[in-house]
Amino acid sequence: MDFNFTEEQTMIRDSLARLIREQYDFDTRRGVVESDSGWRPEMWAQFAELGLLMAPFSEDDGGLGGDAVDAMVVMEEFGKGLVVEPYIPTVVCAGGFLKHAGTAGQKEEHMAALMGGERVFAFAYAEPRGRYNLADLETTAKKDGSGYVINGQKAVVIGAPWASHLIVTARTGGDRRDENGVSVFIVAKDAEGVTTRDYPTIDGRRASEVYFENVSVGADALIGDEGAGLPLVERVVDEATAAACAEAVGAMGVAHQMTVEYSRQRKQFGTPIGKFQVLQHRMVDMFMEHEQSISMTYMATLKLGESDVERKKAVSAAKVRIGQGGRFVGQEAIQIHGGMGMTDELAVGHYFKRLTMIDSEFGNVDHHMKRYTALSAADMPVAAE
Amino acid sequence: MNLEFSQDEIAFRKEVRAFIEENYPKELIGMGSREDLTREQFLAWHKILGEKGWSAPAWPEKYGGTGWTSTQRYIWSEENARLDTIMPLPFGVSMVGPVIYTFANEEIKERHLPGILSGDVWWCQGYSEPGAGSDLASLKTTAVRDGDHYVINGQKTWTTLAQFADWIFVLCRTDPDAEKPQEGISFILVDMKTPGIEVRPIRTIDGGHEVNETWFTDVRVPVENLVGEENKGWTYAKFLLAHERSGIAGVARSKRGVERLREIASTELIDGEPLLGDRDFSRKISQLEIDLTALEFTELRTLARESEGKGPGPESSILKVKGTEIQQRLTELTMEAVGNYAQPYLRGAADDGSNEYPVGPDYAHVASPNYFNMRKTSIYGGSNEIQRNIITKMILGL
Ligand SMILES: Cc1cc2nc3c(=O)[nH]c(=O)nc-3n(C[C@H](O)[C@H](O)[C@H](O)COP(=O)(O)OP(=O)(O)OC[C@H]3O[C@@H](n4cnc5c(N)ncnc54)[C@H](O)[C@@H]3O)c2cc1C
Repeated sequence: MDFNFTEEQTMIRDSLARLIREQYDFDTRRGVVESDSGWRPEMWAQFAELGLLMAPFSEDDGGLGGDAVDAMVVMEEFGKGLVVEPYIPTVVCAGGFLKHAGTAGQKEEHMAALMGGERVFAFAYAEPRGRYNLADLETTAKKDGSGYVINGQKAVVIGAPWASHLIVTARTGGDRRDENGVSVFIVAKDAEGVTTRDYPTIDGRRASEVYFENVSVGADALIGDEGAGLPLVERVVDEATAAACAEAVGAMGVAHQMTVEYSRQRKQFGTPIGKFQVLQHRMVDMFMEHEQSISMTYMATLKLGESDVERKKAVSAAKVRIGQGGRFVGQEAIQIHGGMGMTDELAVGHYFKRLTMIDSEFGNVDHHMKRYTALSAADMPVAAE
Repeated sequence: MNLEFSQDEIAFRKEVRAFIEENYPKELIGMGSREDLTREQFLAWHKILGEKGWSAPAWPEKYGGTGWTSTQRYIWSEENARLDTIMPLPFGVSMVGPVIYTFANEEIKERHLPGILSGDVWWCQGYSEPGAGSDLASLKTTAVRDGDHYVINGQKTWTTLAQFADWIFVLCRTDPDAEKPQEGISFILVDMKTPGIEVRPIRTIDGGHEVNETWFTDVRVPVENLVGEENKGWTYAKFLLAHERSGIAGVARSKRGVERLREIASTELIDGEPLLGDRDFSRKISQLEIDLTALEFTELRTLARESEGKGPGPESSILKVKGTEIQQRLTELTMEAVGNYAQPYLRGAADDGSNEYPVGPDYAHVASPNYFNMRKTSIYGGSNEIQRNIITKMILGL
């Protein structure tokens, strides 16, 4: 048992924390979020320079030899700073597909550019009518010669306005929601037939509806085996979910801290409101939610390499706990700030919004509770006569 | 005890339903819970009701009330909720109006009540200050007598929709030497056009502009604008807060909200089936509806007591706490129902006047702004912690 970070991980954390402190203060972030582009490519370049984009890749792939714990460390700091740049879509998702299933050619084409910060990706998996079911796909990829033709619409693709490449899930066979028949493609966003409708999200990021109209891709666009992509998608989404949990942990910690600090300074009835026991206990509950969220995030991250069932259960358990904890911490942070919590001017409301949206990403509490329950039921030994 | 409506009440429901259907502006149907309305939209229904004489049903008849029983008023709010109408704002009709007809002199009544009823005069509430929220009695805005004027200095904040307001009712300190902070406060009516008043917008987390800072610099107000007696303002302020609380349960609106949530959940899909059929989600709707029923019957009991002349007591705190929790839960479940489409933020686009089509289903893009906005309800109108303190003190006697 060892819950310590390696020297490299500690270094990543400290240098990233410093960078965010110096160049990602709340007012700067606001300016970026409200700017036309909504992000800072030059910040992305600095992340690359710090090695963040190569941290969770093996040395063979040209990375630093780290793993999911490195991504966790990065995302917790991102959560603390409400960083909007697309680490999960690019490094965890696209990087995950490439490292688990990319061909030598695909790695050659994309890995160095990804790790160097020159190529940004988005992961187009959700669909307008599919909710959180990764297999509920209406987007199709029909075989055409040696390649494929993709048609369909993807919903709320985070970071797509900034991306040059998309990882796209599509049906090459089977019926809607079948386990079989799901394939994964890598598509250049400027490919003929790809159009987007870009928009901001409520928590300060950017996303797109992405439309595919007879988009032709070659055989080399397929990642993994045709029609057998669902387990791969599930694995990568679990990794992304664990990273999102880490982000939530970072955001929760700050929201809690801000609230405690505010309760010390805000006086009503001649005393700091932090002296009211009902608020004290509420802040203690926030603290406990945060601590347990840390624990669950470690647990899930460390189990990402286990069997499919173990991994899924661990990630779903963490996402349920973090969904609930984030909700509690976010709502109470606003409540205890009173009217000030409702203002756009204060950072705390922005943490609340991000925490709320993390619950709706990669499956919310209900979704993961169902998945956990189903897996647990399947796991039960059949009772002996 | 009897839960049935009488023949008269059934006829009354028919009458008001027909009136609403005939007269409510069609283009404003379903917009009653929106915060981003124009001044004209906010006032449209109020003005129609003003002409009909129905804008302030709860007022005594001699001041322009309808003389309806509490059951009739309850039916009225249900029928309005059916079309989610944009009801008259509370600041005139439910707040300053009752203070004026209860405590002010004839001159003020004659001058101000008609404008409140007709919707011609928009009022806002100048209570809270940066340093005086829950502890309202610690307010610092001063009004100093100078000949036949008061000179007001200070800052109010969270002033809802002050950007549209014609008048503001302000709590000011008129006796800084009073023994207790509650003594020495006066209730003064101020024309928003008076020189020295500045309104600055506060943007809220949902992106809207609903509240403001209102600054007073040497604002000269005729002494005739004092309501009741000087230094007795706290009594009037408290009277108003009790009124504010009883309307805050919002049962009829929440019932309509549950229906709307069901409609959304029957359109939204989960694994190809309507979300409404999903056991987990439908149980949450049921829970909400059960809680709402408990609130509804608690409110009906309160109304019955009130109609026997036992004015809203500390029980109205129950209505505030439970009512707001339900409103918050309702918006939360709606946000949950729209899934991934809770994320797009399109309000800015709409404000620009651009007519971009929405992303996702048309009900989706307001779901999370509404959720974030409704967090306010457990903070304002006396926070839910303060309501619990009231129950602790006044009912449990602790
Ligand atoms: C959207 C919105 C609209 C508003 N509109 C108006 C308006 O039109 N006019 C107007 O005058 N005001 C308005 N208000 C102000 C509102 O009435 C105040 O926000 C409210 O009184 C709380 O005050 P505060 O914000 O200063 O919070 P604080 O009083 O600082 O409270 C902070 C936290 O401490 C808690 N707390 C405080 N005292 C105690 C205690 N004794 N025991 C336990 N907990 C306690 C509170 O419950 C809260 O959780 C509005 C507020 C909002 C958010």
